[in-house]
Amino acid sequence: MAGEKKGLVLLDYWVSPFGQRCRIGLAEKGLEYEYSEQELLGDRSELLLRSNPVHKAVPVLLHDGRPVCESLLILHYLDEAFPNSPPLLPADPYARAQARFWAAYSDKVYEVGTRLWKLRGEEQARARDDMVEVLGNLDGELGDKAFFAGEAFGFVDLAVAPFTPWLPSYGRYGGFSVEREWPRLAAWARRCAGRESVAKSLQPPEKVDEYINVLKKHCGIND
Amino acid sequence: MAGEKSLVLLDFWVSPFGQRCRIALAEKGLEYEYSEQELLGTKSDLLLRSNPVHKKIPVLLHAGRPVNESLVILNYLDEAFPASPPLLPADPYARAQARFWAAYSDKVYEVGTRLWKLKGDAHGQAKKEMAEVLANLDGELGDKAFFSGDEFGFVDVALVPFAPWLPSYEKYGEFSVKEKWPRLDAWARRCGERESVAKSLHPPEKVDEFITLLKKHYGIE
Repeated sequence: MAGEKKGLVLLDYWVSPFGQRCRIGLAEKGLEYEYSEQELLGDRSELLLRSNPVHKAVPVLLHDGRPVCESLLILHYLDEAFPNSPPLLPADPYARAQARFWAAYSDKVYEVGTRLWKLRGEEQARARDDMVEVLGNLDGELGDKAFFAGEAFGFVDLAVAPFTPWLPSYGRYGGFSVEREWPRLAAWARRCAGRESVAKSLQPPEKVDEYINVLKKHCGIND
Repeated sequence: MAGEKSLVLLDFWVSPFGQRCRIALAEKGLEYEYSEQELLGTKSDLLLRSNPVHKKIPVLLHAGRPVNESLVILNYLDEAFPASPPLLPADPYARAQARFWAAYSDKVYEVGTRLWKLKGDAHGQAKKEMAEVLANLDGELGDKAFFSGDEFGFVDVALVPFAPWLPSYEKYGEFSVKEKWPRLDAWARRCGERESVAKSLHPPEKVDEFITLLKKHYGIE
């Protein structure tokens, strides 16, 4: 196709934690790419609709014009297409299976968190219970380790870290404090935030909270 | 301990997610012990210990260590048994595509479940979504014999266990796969001729009986 761009382009949205997973992954691997901010609340671009016709969502990684969709698949692709760059996944098959399980599980933080700020009454209470379970499971898996796989920052940390600026907002809507209930997880979040790739990719909690207010208005929620 | 290196699959007879693993193990020529689990009654200690987060099957135990989630299990089998025929293609871009469509195929079961569980507007919404999902899958298959081309592969393994559920979904959703997406219909029959698939799947009648059982279990008319 004429004008197929060479190299890596990331179709993304500034506050998307799924996009941030990819930004952190690209930074960790030292890969150059063009960041392309997409319109999500208004009309989606032709390029986005063409690149991800099924989900019409970001992130999408274009490699020499060919699209790879879904954040965790993009991270797998980066490891496999750029084998000379530092790997995101561990080498051992069993460790890889564990990493994939927990990275996919962490999607629940966003799923459940969205229900927390969107819903009210009984449904919100159920979302709160679910969030307590999810964070409890993540905290349990982390345990007393510095990072999810042990001493070094890895795949699961990369997958979960983008949700950390959303936790203060979720805590407010859900009436819990991550610091108080899951101090190890809170310490881990601070530890990750100290890493350059993470610090450069995430937005501060205040901006995330502002954005949730924008979404609420967009959804017609007025409280 | 004898058999410590061995494979055990915690599974449930009619589970399409478990069947993905059974088909994969057969395709790869790997021996394993099949362990039928109680799901509607009390779950076994082994299951609860092996999958404390989701308490679900399938779980693959390899030398006693659990791997959970059907697609994670499929990836694991390729990586832990590199000498066996691979499920995923070799090329990174093809692998990304295969993983995308395999994960997407989960929607057939998600949306299908809403088709038999829900009524009214929610049922109508599920009908719309099912048409979209099947159209997307049919579009991706196109005129190819299998999803990645001439060879049976990862996406076919991931999707084919839902084939025996389609007649029930057709009933609840008032549509016909053969009429609307004949290529998908032909693909399902083509896969059904494969030994690994034929041995792992249950006939549509048994699946429909099971859905009726689930409806009773959930108190649905």
